[in-house]
Amino acid sequence: MKSNQPTSTAKKNAQPSSLQAIEKPEDCPHNGAEILIKTLADLGVETIFGYPGGAVLPVYDTLFDNHDLNHVLIRHEQSGTHAADGYARATGKPGVVLATSGPGGTNTVTGIATAMMDSIPLVVFTGQVPTGVIGNDAFQEADIVGITRPITKQNYLVRDVDELEHVIREAFHIATNGRPGPVLVDLPKDMLNTPARYSGMKKVEIPSFKPHIQGHGTQIAKAAEMLSEAKKPLIYVGGGAILGEAWEEVTAFAERLNIPVTTTLMGLGAFPESKPQSLGMLGMHGTWAANMAMTECDVLLAVGARFDDRVTGRLDGFSQKSRKIHIDIDPSCIGKNVPVEVPIVGDVKHVIPAIDKLAGPPDTTDWWDTIHTWQREHPLKVPKADNCIYPQHMVKMISEVTGGNAIVVTDVGQHQMWAAQHYRFNHPRSWISSGGLGTMGFGFPAAMGAALACPDREVVCITGDGGFQMLSCELATAVEYNIPVKIALMNNNCLGMVRQWQQLFYGNRTSYSVFGSNNPDFVKMAECYGAVGMRATTPAEMQQVLNDAMKIKDKPVLMDLRVVETENCYPMVPAGAALNEMVESDEECGQ
Amino acid sequence: MSTQIVTKDSRHTLSVLVKHNLNTFSRILGIFSGKGFELESVTFASEAEQGMARITITTYGDESTVEQISKHLHNVIDVVKVTDLTHKKCIERELAIVKVSTAKAGRPEIMLIAQAFKAKVIDITDDKLALEVTGNTDKVDAMIKVLKPYGITEMSRTGSVALKREFQGAVNIN
Repeated sequence: MKSNQPTSTAKKNAQPSSLQAIEKPEDCPHNGAEILIKTLADLGVETIFGYPGGAVLPVYDTLFDNHDLNHVLIRHEQSGTHAADGYARATGKPGVVLATSGPGGTNTVTGIATAMMDSIPLVVFTGQVPTGVIGNDAFQEADIVGITRPITKQNYLVRDVDELEHVIREAFHIATNGRPGPVLVDLPKDMLNTPARYSGMKKVEIPSFKPHIQGHGTQIAKAAEMLSEAKKPLIYVGGGAILGEAWEEVTAFAERLNIPVTTTLMGLGAFPESKPQSLGMLGMHGTWAANMAMTECDVLLAVGARFDDRVTGRLDGFSQKSRKIHIDIDPSCIGKNVPVEVPIVGDVKHVIPAIDKLAGPPDTTDWWDTIHTWQREHPLKVPKADNCIYPQHMVKMISEVTGGNAIVVTDVGQHQMWAAQHYRFNHPRSWISSGGLGTMGFGFPAAMGAALACPDREVVCITGDGGFQMLSCELATAVEYNIPVKIALMNNNCLGMVRQWQQLFYGNRTSYSVFGSNNPDFVKMAECYGAVGMRATTPAEMQQVLNDAMKIKDKPVLMDLRVVETENCYPMVPAGAALNEMVESDEECGQ
Repeated sequence: MSTQIVTKDSRHTLSVLVKHNLNTFSRILGIFSGKGFELESVTFASEAEQGMARITITTYGDESTVEQISKHLHNVIDVVKVTDLTHKKCIERELAIVKVSTAKAGRPEIMLIAQAFKAKVIDITDDKLALEVTGNTDKVDAMIKVLKPYGITEMSRTGSVALKREFQGAVNIN
């Protein structure tokens, strides 16, 4: 990563800061800001995404000549949280954000909520006005602890500098243990200036926070017995298998028992789609076979999944014939939407091998015959033409060009669903998408974070013309830090998923969802930032553009891929329908 | 949940031991407001143990709803323990101060009622009596019901506080 902030000239011209002039007692050689940076470095943090402002100036003063951390200057605090989120999803390590008080903090809110919904470990530091004026409506004051309370796993307002180091360590401990999630630490400016002692005490002990890791033995035995005796078993794998790094255990288990596996949007990559047991994704835009298997199965093993409404469809029509086993580290996820016969609170990585030890392969010959029939009769459709690009074809081509080995990051909407359906995911931590909150604008900054975390891997951001424009300012960041993200912009000149719903459920009244010719020239847009812009309108051009883009290793590439604007995403479970009531084309919907 | 028909039968008393800070208290209230659970009363006060507090919550819902509430409470980092006292033998008390008009019936009649409920008269004016009553919620409800026709001018209730009764068994008298 190019580290051009601050420049060496800037450092040469710099005077000692007024902070350095503050006298520090001999036994407290650091101020709060220095303790923050020192603790982050001690915790193994390498990269932070931040944006300066008044309340965090002491931290930026410390960063001026600090070499322990890479600070990435993003262009909007929301991007900072998404970039840190992408970093965390690609590596499993917590993403770290630094923002100033007031608007800096409130701008992080969408990113924090995104991380909360998808259980991503994130630690967000915000500046705050000095403790003496908190509550006085001071300049750039916002009660960020109050604002973020429902969207963080835990948050803190540091009121005593002697607690700062411990709070930081506790924040990282909470963010990464149990069900991961975002934690916010609010730092009043005076806390950052005050001298304090740095202890280096690494141990964090929170008596009230002890996640269950091992599952309950009796329940595990019951689960193994149910699966061994099943006639139509199904494993339903969610994001928990990725977060818990249990992909090898899940894969070995499903293969040995020869049980079909479907993954949720968040679980893509937890089970290789190249394996014969893979049914692909299930849910609203899942495969026919996956949704039918869910409807018809007799024993369902849910692994780190939360029975989200986009997965279940209408609840009273959801998998009515199955006895259900649910493994989750968060007990509040179990029995929340769907009653479960065998709840197992624990870490998937421990529980799956424990079940594996006790379970024998069930007789699934007839079940597989049925599944193969579904797969044969209802495959995912990839329309192709010589003179225009179909979105499904676009994803297929990206999958081929990257050999299925890229980290794919998306925004939210039609392109996201097509990417989930048609990219062949064979590796974990290679699919990064805002699943729970559905945050448009997430894709590009998250892709930057992933690319910074994994410089050796190809990172493709499949985005749409709507989502990309929400945080396109980050082109500046990507150019500044030479981040070679390949942005495959599926340009249909409209908010495709909104339009699809308006067509299907609102009598084709496409209200405010079509940009038409009001979209910018994305190629020029890339170029004005110093990135590479390319355009394709036919499959042949797209092939060329993709090949050329993959050769560029030192700057972002924005590919404006003009796709068939009228194409809609199928199969689809209409809102309010049961999972087996899928529709497969516009015609079936009466369009 | 708010959409469910709640019955008096599904009243639950939860006793929650937490680290004493307002952020935790807000997080707990946020579970009820944010996730749409019912909340009848809540009390919050310091525990005997330094730095701890006990929150007593009375809520309505079926078993699975209350189980969800309990799980969400457990997920709050600073929550040390959640006890559902509903199916346990517990000691539950609530305090209410009730100002009743003496215009209709006169002081003696009101004071007789107070006596029946072991309520104390804590303030007397020309046309009002203030009564202090302690007991479980049913008892407080009952006294209020009886006093209502006389004209309750003001009232303040604490909400329930409760603890598990140490003796959970039954005495065999044979």
